Amino acid sequence: MSDDPGNEGYDEWLDALADGEGYALVSPEGYGSLPPRRVCPETGSTDLSREPLPDSGTIETYSTIHVASPEFGGETPYVTAIADFGVVRLTGLCRGIEDPEVGTRVTADVEAVGEERSVVFRPG
Amino acid sequence: MSSVRIAGVGHTHFGQHPERTGRDLFAEASVEAFNDSGVDRDDVEALLYGNFMGELAENQGHQGPLMAEAAGIRAPATRFESACASSGAAVRHAVRDIRNGEADVLLVGGAERMTNLGTAGVTEALASAADDLYEIRMGINFPGAYALMAQAYFSEYGGGKEELAAIAVKNHANAVENDLAQFQREITPEDVLEAPPVAEPLGLYDACPVTDGASAMVLVSEAYAETNGIDAPVAITGTGQGGDRMALADRTYLARTPAATRAAEEAYADAGIGAEDVDVAEVHDCFTIAEVLAIESLGFFEPGEGISAAAEGETTSDGAIPVNLSGGLKAKGHPVGATGASQVIELAKLFRGEHVNSDLVEDARIGVAHNAGGTVASATVHVVEVVT
Repeated sequence: MSDDPGNEGYDEWLDALADGEGYALVSPEGYGSLPPRRVCPETGSTDLSREPLPDSGTIETYSTIHVASPEFGGETPYVTAIADFGVVRLTGLCRGIEDPEVGTRVTADVEAVGEERSVVFRPG
Repeated sequence: MSSVRIAGVGHTHFGQHPERTGRDLFAEASVEAFNDSGVDRDDVEALLYGNFMGELAENQGHQGPLMAEAAGIRAPATRFESACASSGAAVRHAVRDIRNGEADVLLVGGAERMTNLGTAGVTEALASAADDLYEIRMGINFPGAYALMAQAYFSEYGGGKEELAAIAVKNHANAVENDLAQFQREITPEDVLEAPPVAEPLGLYDACPVTDGASAMVLVSEAYAETNGIDAPVAITGTGQGGDRMALADRTYLARTPAATRAAEEAYADAGIGAEDVDVAEVHDCFTIAEVLAIESLGFFEPGEGISAAAEGETTSDGAIPVNLSGGLKAKGHPVGATGASQVIELAKLFRGEHVNSDLVEDARIGVAHNAGGTVASATVHVVEVVT
């Protein structure tokens, strides 16, 4: 929608991830989080610095979803996963990963799903 | 610290009532609670009311005063929204207000109208308890999030779908005689294991149903009960609440619920008891895996041991710690905003000898109610005891 004001901070993060330049916001104590973020949720620090995400991460848990909300109804069944990317974990849709396992290596990208964009994982 | 007495309880049938408004459901529960209590409506100082998806299901925000009106009270009213822990949060604040001397008589409860939304609509509404930007847009919904937790649990501790099936079988068996329950029928492990998948490894029978319903309690101070001759032998003696990061991916643990652990520790300390003193529990089994995580957080089992508790008979009605004698969310139903207060009501009825399963736990004196929001980013625990 052309009049959608978007979500400042989040949209730029998705753009960066799509360009292969994904990042986390990291506190001096080493806790990572994702934007929009002014304060580290773990420490309360406001001194957050951008640190690049590694090129790939590893799946920690996964599920094949058969009953979806309307915006994902056309996707079923689809595989979702949470993957460890060092200072943060990402949640994403799996693409080309039909039988994920704990430890499966993935890369993160961005894909349009319906009217929104989603983080997607591909074999790493 | 003085206890908070449960003077009266009211509870609609939990089930499919798509044509009934939230206000009508809550009115029914509140009328029953007042009739049960002997308390004059004019003595009520506030309504604390839980509801989650009123805007989506009924295009109705600002439900506090609407529900006070429905209940026939003129006291101020506030809606509590904490996803599936909405009325657990309302109960907690009511307990604290009475103990602090801020109030002597409060109406507390909740209601949810859900089935009118249909499966897709209610799936979307429930998903809003997750992080919109980082979970919902990645296709995560309510069953999907719990499926991620279940798979993480299996990977870390072992166990599988067979152990989860025993939980569903147990809770259905407990609800057979409960006329307020959505499902009054037994199921077999095969029914669970052969059911269509919803979000693997969870199937249709691992999930609680979509439910319409309401619950209400009249809570009073000890002093009010004594002065007004109110017979209220059951009390809420401990309250606790815990929180966690909103998105599952941001949590330290994918297969534990520390928000509920913190809530339990606070509630037990508040009541002066330990987990070993608890005779019976009503826990938030929105999915079978959720009961596992709950009974571990409540301290009944170590992490990794709760998965086999139902299969081994430890949490069945004749077990060491019966869990969800009402049928739980799984079989009694889960009208989201009504559930937290409903759990406390079940314990009160159990101790008053009015519960369908009271005879199974005649010596029980201490119960806990565990209510969870989202993937347990919110949790409340209440200790309910027979005090006279």
